[in-house]
Amino acid sequence: MSQIFGRHFDLLFRLTLVAVIALVFGAVVLWRISIAPAVGAPVEQPVPFSHKHHVGDVGLDCRYCHATVDKAAYAGMPSSETCMNCHSQLFTDAPMLTPVRDSVRDGKPLHWNRVYRLPDFVFFDHSVHVANGVDCVNCHGNVATMPLTWQAPSLEMRWCLDCHRHPQIATRVAWNSPPAKPTLRDAAQLSECSTCHR
Amino acid sequence: MSPLKPSPPLDSSALEARRDFLKLFALSLGAGNLFGCVRAPDDPIVPSVADDTIEDLPTLYATALTRNGYANGVLVKTRYGHSVKVEGNPQHPASLGGTDVFAQAAIFGLWDAQRSKTVRRRGKPSNWMEFFDDLHARLRASRNGAGVRFLSEPSTSPTLQRLRREVAKKFPAAEWHTYSSLVRDNVYKGTQLAFGKPLEPRYDFSRASLVVALDADFLTALPGSVRYARDFAARREPAGSNTPTRLYSIECAPSPTSILADHRLALRPHELQAFANALLAELDGHTTIDTPYQRWARAIARDLQAHRGAGIAICGDHQPPAIHYVTHAINARLGNLGAAVSFAEPTHDGIDQLGSLRDLCNAIRGDFVESLIVLGGNPVYTAPADLDFAALLDRVPWSAHLAEYDDETSLHCGWHAPLAHELETWGDARAFDGTATIMQPTIAPLHDGRSIIELLAEISELPRGGHDLVQDTWRETMAAPFETSWHHALRDGIISETVSSVVSPALIAQNIEMPSASDEDKLDILFRPDASISDGAHASNAWLQELPKPFTLLTWSNAAMLSPATAKRLGIVDEDIVQIDVAGTRIDAPAITQSGLAENCVVLPLGYGRTRAGDVGSGRGFNAGVLRTSDEFWNSRASIRKTGKVRPLARTQRHSMAGSDAPIRVDDFPRSDATSNEPARANLFAPRDRSGDYAWGMAINLNACMGCNVCTIACQSENNIPTVGADQIRRGRAMHWMRVDHYVEESAQARLHSQPVPCMHCEQAPCEVVCPVGATVHDSQGLNVQVYNRCIGTRFCANNCPYKVRRFNFLQFTNESTRDFANPDVTIRNRGVMEKCTYCVQRIETARIETDKQGRTLRDGDVLTACQAACPTSAIAFGNLNDPDSAVSKAKRDPRNYALLAELNTNPRTTYLAKLRIVNRELDE
Amino acid sequence: MSAENAIASRVATIAQTTRWRRPGRMATMIAAVLVAFFVIAVTKLLIEGPGIWGIDRPVEWGFAIANYVWWIGMGMAGTFISAALLLLRQEWRASINRFAEAMTVFAVSVSGFFPILHLGRPWFFYWVAPYPNKMALWPQWRSALTWDFFAISAYLIVSILYWYLGMLPDLATLRDAARTRRSQIFYGLLALGWRGAHSQWQAHTTTARLLAGIAVPLVFSVHTMVALDFSQGIVAGWHSSLFGPFFVGGALFSGFAMTLVLAIVLRRAFELERLITDGDLDRLAKLLLAVCLFVTYCYAVDVFMPFYGGDRHEIDTTLARFAGPYAWIYWLTLICNVAIPQLLWSPRIRRNRIALFFIGLGVVIGMWLERFMLIVTSLYRSYLPAAEGRYWPTLWDWLLLLGSVGVFVAIFLLFVRLLPVLSVFELRKRQEHGA
Repeated sequence: MSQIFGRHFDLLFRLTLVAVIALVFGAVVLWRISIAPAVGAPVEQPVPFSHKHHVGDVGLDCRYCHATVDKAAYAGMPSSETCMNCHSQLFTDAPMLTPVRDSVRDGKPLHWNRVYRLPDFVFFDHSVHVANGVDCVNCHGNVATMPLTWQAPSLEMRWCLDCHRHPQIATRVAWNSPPAKPTLRDAAQLSECSTCHR
Repeated sequence: MSPLKPSPPLDSSALEARRDFLKLFALSLGAGNLFGCVRAPDDPIVPSVADDTIEDLPTLYATALTRNGYANGVLVKTRYGHSVKVEGNPQHPASLGGTDVFAQAAIFGLWDAQRSKTVRRRGKPSNWMEFFDDLHARLRASRNGAGVRFLSEPSTSPTLQRLRREVAKKFPAAEWHTYSSLVRDNVYKGTQLAFGKPLEPRYDFSRASLVVALDADFLTALPGSVRYARDFAARREPAGSNTPTRLYSIECAPSPTSILADHRLALRPHELQAFANALLAELDGHTTIDTPYQRWARAIARDLQAHRGAGIAICGDHQPPAIHYVTHAINARLGNLGAAVSFAEPTHDGIDQLGSLRDLCNAIRGDFVESLIVLGGNPVYTAPADLDFAALLDRVPWSAHLAEYDDETSLHCGWHAPLAHELETWGDARAFDGTATIMQPTIAPLHDGRSIIELLAEISELPRGGHDLVQDTWRETMAAPFETSWHHALRDGIISETVSSVVSPALIAQNIEMPSASDEDKLDILFRPDASISDGAHASNAWLQELPKPFTLLTWSNAAMLSPATAKRLGIVDEDIVQIDVAGTRIDAPAITQSGLAENCVVLPLGYGRTRAGDVGSGRGFNAGVLRTSDEFWNSRASIRKTGKVRPLARTQRHSMAGSDAPIRVDDFPRSDATSNEPARANLFAPRDRSGDYAWGMAINLNACMGCNVCTIACQSENNIPTVGADQIRRGRAMHWMRVDHYVEESAQARLHSQPVPCMHCEQAPCEVVCPVGATVHDSQGLNVQVYNRCIGTRFCANNCPYKVRRFNFLQFTNESTRDFANPDVTIRNRGVMEKCTYCVQRIETARIETDKQGRTLRDGDVLTACQAACPTSAIAFGNLNDPDSAVSKAKRDPRNYALLAELNTNPRTTYLAKLRIVNRELDE
Repeated sequence: MSAENAIASRVATIAQTTRWRRPGRMATMIAAVLVAFFVIAVTKLLIEGPGIWGIDRPVEWGFAIANYVWWIGMGMAGTFISAALLLLRQEWRASINRFAEAMTVFAVSVSGFFPILHLGRPWFFYWVAPYPNKMALWPQWRSALTWDFFAISAYLIVSILYWYLGMLPDLATLRDAARTRRSQIFYGLLALGWRGAHSQWQAHTTTARLLAGIAVPLVFSVHTMVALDFSQGIVAGWHSSLFGPFFVGGALFSGFAMTLVLAIVLRRAFELERLITDGDLDRLAKLLLAVCLFVTYCYAVDVFMPFYGGDRHEIDTTLARFAGPYAWIYWLTLICNVAIPQLLWSPRIRRNRIALFFIGLGVVIGMWLERFMLIVTSLYRSYLPAAEGRYWPTLWDWLLLLGSVGVFVAIFLLFVRLLPVLSVFELRKRQEHGA
């Protein structure tokens, strides 16, 4: 029987084999190191709350609404009453605020959609970051420019480690020795597992 | 959590708000945990309506948990409105910071999904309104209460006793009975004999340099045990000139107390009586009675004489009044009365409980009982068999049962109503010394439960909330201004100046006849509350069910316990099913041998063989109660035979015989020979760098450990450790991070040892080098950290751990049912990852963050591990080794300090202090 | 010339016979059932977790690891036989090297399942591989398990290359002998355009020697690596410098035994007496005996060392092996791996196919028992008396073991069915020399 494959085909075939293998390997690596999709995507909310307006235009302090950010691990979310502090005077009948008014009337809390998600094996504490001179903007981006809030950083472990391994890039506290205060942990300590995982 | 001070109380409205809030929060909290180690939670954020600062920091509420009516002061930690952890209340005289296992397990009890949730009439769902209507109709129908009976468990609650009087005012003809299967009648009968009236004995172990315990487990079983344990352990440490307390334990069955005994003598019940008499005779100087234990009696008598006024003779609750009398007599002879032993009027309303129950039964038989209201307890299960309480209950025309669980008794009552948990309601209770505590709710009732006092208020038609009822009780007695002292009482967890005053009665001479020697062909049966689930009240508490019982390390069941020699004589081996025959009543029970038990004795733990205790409690073990009669309530006689059948038992330790390789070090005191410290060993490893601020370490004092398991269950509660069930335990898959090993030195006195084993946090940790992904590593504080989310489960670390302290999640052990009371500071581990003791790293980090914000470094005592905080005897010292003045540094400098398996050069951060034996050379074999 | 065609057609017919005879069909059916076991066992495992196995505390490793070491051990022999013997210019290897290599590749592939299935969270197995990731983390280089990952993959790759390279000329032969279009395309692609040109032959020989040169040291490194998975631990009974050579010896032992068994089966099944001669079996048997003596020596040293070293725990472990609850496994191991193979001293036995078959099988089983024994008897008793435990396998352990055998057999049958089981071109050479 006559041969069915010519020389050129052989070459082509071998090249294809190599290419396929390379492609598969590349794809896997790419998939593993690719960035989270959530970043930069505005999140819909029951009330279209605009940080741009409240922070950028009105100039509210973050702590007015996020009351426990410098006290506790949890930054705190404003109660409906807090919204009403102003909105009982301003935009009193704006349709977009109906959910807030209903919440206060019926005593049913609002359900805000999460913008920042951490897995439950990560123990992040707002207060200690604030206490050590890490500005909100470092992690949350400039909310003053966000009509609807979106996730600014990737929140990947390597992103956390960037600062934990080089604290000086993210804090106003002088992190190089001698430490500004006795309790300051050096980069080595900050990047230990037990700092965030328990 | 010493940095935190107890918070001011909540008013009821705040509680309501919190409950509504936490219902929502429970979901979000759980959802994250459920998929722990897998993905981030995707649930909404739910702020409160009115409150801006959802308390994220732990809040402590000072309250009390009662055990057999007596209060143990506790602080309950709540997170996001969930009650998640019980700590001892350092200001409470019965606690001083320690707790018992039942207090720790209360969290599980509170959140137990199997608790009764609705009022039921003849098993059909109903509601409180209908119940109250029927109740009131019933009561009005009775001629001012004639034929109406109440049956409650004994209580020390002033409010309850006040409301009893209210009810009596309204229904003078109604009668009240008190019964629980943990009756202490013998104690009061004993004082009756000795002093002519029932009195409450109270002991001060800090003033005792010698203790003679006659089958008395004063370290875990008495009302004041948690406190007693603290004082006793403190006194046992050689400090300066004072010689440690010597403890003689003459007992029928071993108990945690036996572990700390310097000399043990195991006797059968009738022999114990003889011994007591012999001891008294020796003290009186005439040694007429001749007993085989003359040598012991004489030696102990001589020792007692040498410690006049500084000794304690104490007798167990289960022993007959005669022995109680003898111990009182001994104390009187030695001038211990008013010193280390004192008496007060009982604060307890159950003085003659068996009599009270008998009266009730007779009344029912005589058809004098129209209506019976059972307030708590489970008499159908716990009442002595000869009374046949179930049948009698069926004869009562109208009956109601207020209880946490829809149990055996509820089945025989017309009405069942859910009783609220102690952590859900207002109340009050007195401690062993009379100190009163206001019990405040830490959470609004999860189910539709009411408290006993609320029900009594309803009956006496002064409908008020629990809060007001308790205030009414105390308004007069508390120092003015009332609001302030009330507030302080809630904050501190005690009401000042409520200690009941001491009476000093004179001893009445009695002559105690010798007990009749037993017929040798029969065995002595000892009915004892189970070490883990007591009389069955805790049967549906999975934490307690899975808690390995001391010595036998048995879980999820009870067993007939015999001494090895007796078992050998009868040809019985572990797990054999034996038939026990008491006067014609027979039960089958799996047998288990226990060293240190008196010959020809069989211990039958109560509390098992429940039929209506939910999935967790029902159908486990056997019900020893069916052999129990009101005349032979604690002891009995039986014949026993093998049935040839076997039942596998779930035990967490295979064998406890310790030969030369016992990891327990015991030093004699005073040192017979100058046994020096561990020899210095050659080590090729570079020592771990301790230059950081903190170098955490732990020292466990075996001279204070009595193997009571509180550390184990406190750790379980703090670290979200799942229960795995009997089958998995049998497979050797128990998850407790802190396990308590038990060892027996076979000798005439069968020395018993217990050894808590947490992670050693080795400086040269064998587990770390073998993990391919670096999921277990050292941090600069010297912690051997386990990173669950990095672990892929090769299990090499567990193989390579010489101490076997690593726990692997072989299956999905955690489930939704436990998420409500999970500690939000600790990751919930899923299938396939390794876990282990972390030295409570979450507590360390929390404390570091708090102090960091204050700009100061941690001080000794800022961080307490869960086990350390809960330990009644303060056996566990934990702290910073870089601080030379820390308690743990001091302990490590003690020549008794030694490392487990030091020959492996792992340099463990957890070390042990050798146990001491305060030897009496006369009795040393 | 005639001989040459005879061989070619003989081998070709094995590869291309349109229908199997009954034994073939039987074997296929059994293999299919066992493969089904494997699938079920793995599915159950992935759904419920390793708790379905008998592993517990303190015996946290069980069948999975025993199976892994066993399979990869058998994987050693093939490459060793063909490579080492090639370098030593042993012509007789021609009759067995091909299926021995195939056996290697398949055994190593099967063994590769186990370290992954063994994990608590198998879906994260790739974390032991160093690659840039979101966690900014690397594997832990001090752990033997990390290096094991490289050892296995390196070995798998080299042995596949070596095996495939060797097959090229024969694939070409089959292509040329192919009767149907389908088979022509099939073999055509596999042959990668082999034309038997002089240049190709030259490249082929050089590469073969080169790969052989790499493969032989790999055989030793890989199994020493596997041994380190144990001896790195401080577990009494594992922590011994003997383990490297001990495991390599054991690996070759089981490998040769398996080769012997397969050789006898193939020879019987396809009347290859002329190609796989009694002389070949005899040589193989001698090789087996030699390794057996080495392994025996290792057992002896393994017992001697604890007493010589005087470590309390090591001594206890050894005594427990003799008389503990798992003693029977220890003695059974010695019977299979030490006692019975001594029969091979007698030439009569060495030329008795039946005897050889069962001796070989005995060794294969014995070696599995040895791995099981080393794991369980070292783990069940710990340094602390209180921490002692027991181990007993569950149904799922057995299903997975049988299943893995099924997978191996199935692949091997496919190989026999589709590819040249014997190295045609080398047999030719050999016969030319013989002639």
